[in-house]
Amino acid sequence: MAYELNVNGKAMTADVDADTPLLWVLRDTLGLVGTKYGCGIAQCGACTVHADGAPIRACVTPIEAIGGAQITTIEGAASLEVGARVQQAWSELDVAQCGYCQPGQIMSATALLAENPAPSDADIDAAMAGNICRCATYVRIRAAIKRAAGQEA
Amino acid sequence: MGIISNITEGFSPSRRAVLAGGGAGGLVLAFSLAGKGAAADTPAALNAYVAVAPDGIVTIVSKNPEIGQGIKTSLPMLIAEELDVDWVNVRTVQADNDPVAYGRQFAGGSMATPLHWDQLRQVGAAGRAMLLAAAAADWGVEAASLTTEPGVVVHAASRRRATYGALAAKAATQTAPELSSVPLKDASAYRIIGQPIPQVDTAAIVTGQPLFGIDMRLPGMLYAAYAKAPVFGAKVASADLAAAQGVKGVRRAFVVEGGTEFDGLLPGVAVVADSWWAANKGRQGLNVQWADHSTSSQSTQGYAGQARSLAEAKAGKTLRHDGDVEAALSGSAKTVEADYFYPFLSHATLEPQNCTAHFHDGKMEIWAPTQLPEPGRQIVAKTLGLAPENVIVHMTRSGGGFGRRLMNDYMAEAAWIAKEAGAPVKLVWTREDDMRHDFYRPAGFHHFRGGIDDAGNVTAWANHFVTFGEGEATARSAGMAPTEFPARFIDNYRLDVSMMPLGVPTGPLRAPGSNAIAFVVQSFIDELAHAGGVDPVEMRLRLLGDRGLVGDDARSGYDAARMAAVVRLAAEKSAWGEGLEPRRGKGIAFHYSHLGYFAEVAEVVVAEDGTVKVEKVWVAADVGRQIINPLGALNQIEGSVIDGISEMFGEITIKDGQVEQGNFDTFPLLRIDAAPVIETHFIKSDNPPTGLGEPALPPVVPAVTNAIFAATGKRVRSLPLRAEELAAG
Repeated sequence: MAYELNVNGKAMTADVDADTPLLWVLRDTLGLVGTKYGCGIAQCGACTVHADGAPIRACVTPIEAIGGAQITTIEGAASLEVGARVQQAWSELDVAQCGYCQPGQIMSATALLAENPAPSDADIDAAMAGNICRCATYVRIRAAIKRAAGQEA
Repeated sequence: MGIISNITEGFSPSRRAVLAGGGAGGLVLAFSLAGKGAAADTPAALNAYVAVAPDGIVTIVSKNPEIGQGIKTSLPMLIAEELDVDWVNVRTVQADNDPVAYGRQFAGGSMATPLHWDQLRQVGAAGRAMLLAAAAADWGVEAASLTTEPGVVVHAASRRRATYGALAAKAATQTAPELSSVPLKDASAYRIIGQPIPQVDTAAIVTGQPLFGIDMRLPGMLYAAYAKAPVFGAKVASADLAAAQGVKGVRRAFVVEGGTEFDGLLPGVAVVADSWWAANKGRQGLNVQWADHSTSSQSTQGYAGQARSLAEAKAGKTLRHDGDVEAALSGSAKTVEADYFYPFLSHATLEPQNCTAHFHDGKMEIWAPTQLPEPGRQIVAKTLGLAPENVIVHMTRSGGGFGRRLMNDYMAEAAWIAKEAGAPVKLVWTREDDMRHDFYRPAGFHHFRGGIDDAGNVTAWANHFVTFGEGEATARSAGMAPTEFPARFIDNYRLDVSMMPLGVPTGPLRAPGSNAIAFVVQSFIDELAHAGGVDPVEMRLRLLGDRGLVGDDARSGYDAARMAAVVRLAAEKSAWGEGLEPRRGKGIAFHYSHLGYFAEVAEVVVAEDGTVKVEKVWVAADVGRQIINPLGALNQIEGSVIDGISEMFGEITIKDGQVEQGNFDTFPLLRIDAAPVIETHFIKSDNPPTGLGEPALPPVVPAVTNAIFAATGKRVRSLPLRAEELAAG
């Protein structure tokens, strides 16, 4: 059936089955491929997007569960004040290696900083432990979150 | 099509000029452009790698696949440096697979830096020489009287200046110089090499632009899922194709006969649909029954039993025997005997294997994340019965490689399915497909015997390596070189090998061989050190001795002096020898691979319940005189170190011929809360620069297990780490 969605501030329609995960609606139906498939069982965080500002795993969130929530993906992150700062820090420190997980990392980090502008190391670990980086850029992810928070390491 | 966002329109590098292989690694720049100057408003190609636009923007081709190692940035840096341009004016382009133009294109073995350090600087310098020649002709002066500033040719005597953009069209018609004849800059003049330069794709990565194979979209494209047998290579006995075709959105489901080669098209059932979700749903309804297969009784337990028997029996083959190990052992003051094991591992690239294929006009066009595109082209050609020239392979950015994408099995699958479907098709594997159809790091078994004298010096070393293979053929990446350290460093040294057959595909995993061999060798050195009452750092320095270069030359030999230097540096920086609280320990290890010399010290804390936390790792590295891009170099080292630690916590096990794990819940990868602090120090020895994709990984594994011994007195001889074996008491 047709679902009315609000993605990155735009009204969009997706005619898909009710059980289709948001991830595949974004990627295949709406053409927003920045959100990544990594595991399909909410283990890796590569598919992290925001629903009304809260981080969710799009790979296990069926489209019928979205309702009227405002969805923000990596393609819309720059429109968030915190998101733009996080992207800037990611660029300045050149966090990425392959880069595949980084959209999810950035969305998780943005949600963290929106709620907790001055996270401790333990806060960062707790908020980011759901996002796997197979290239293991964790040292820089930690540093970039601190930079985005204005706490230079 | 929206992929490869930074391609500069109007520049199709490989069609304008070719770089022909000159044999024996020699390269000759050949130009198809001679006499065909570019139009005034388009970029002019100086060679297969470089085009200069009238506005001075320089487009540089990166020939090799980008898998996260930063090559799309670092190779163009070499060219840009010698071309003498400002990096801000450089745009980079990913080459297609084109061996005629670019020679061998691959991401593997940390080879890109040593193979291209001279060659691509010469390519840049050759382009600069052509710009100088163009200016010299314009001004009627000797080229030798000209110099360059970034992007500008200067004639100091007459104060004339011309931008590269203004000269480009004429420069493109100049005769290309011999690559070996062009002078190169002195390192002190570098403006780009040695600078911390962010990856060229960083902006696209952080904003989620399409870059990866899985992001590919073509008009009219369909999506495919492909079910293969959990027992590798088993054939389809039956499948409920109608059930799959009954799922909304599914266009077709069909059986693929396939072949028997793991690298190619294995039997399976394809489901093609309007969306990937529909294809995967259809696949779940297939209820495939698989035919019996000869390897369906294999298991990890079975391998272990066979390995025990083989280790006790006479070895299949002696790969090396120096001196007389038995005599030396019986004459030793002390002997140590130990069995080591390491498991199969999966590559688990975060971007699962995928490929987009489109058969049109008699040609198969492929877009894929791959580390080795040309063999991919060959396998597609062979699978479809096409001439290789009718297969075109575009390399996309890869969401990780780690050796997995040296095999192109997914290309063969996508090509077959797309041809059968009669439409462009994107095949995407599930995570479970990916983990259960990998080319695994082979497991291995080592039975060690070592002897030491009264002074704690090693007198004998014997290693009976039990691995996989049949007849004379070792399974892929399951061998061990007879020159592997400490061969040549101990007078009485023996390496025996026995093999057992394997029905599981194996292949190179980042630092292949080394990622396992370093663990067992550097752990057993530690055992001998402790048995002899010798400090582990001291023991290593004694073993390395003052031998200098062991072997014929820097490429094939082992430079003991370079290794001793990094061992000393790692010990110094980590304050080796300082007392530590109970259940906290430091361990050291070194390993030489991929032309890089690495020593690492790990500091660990082992909780009462046996949980291991690696708190800090000190890395001492010698990869030659020049770090090309320090920003990328540090990232590679930090990633390698954490990757190595991650590999200590997971395993792939086989039961009934099948992989038991399927996703990150059963094959864990290390997460940020377990990532240590990493401190890296380089020794810039006077040697050519070498690669950093791999060599930092191997030593961290034994550094950690040696640290665990220091913290607990428990010797880890089998991976993965098991907390219950390391608990207090």
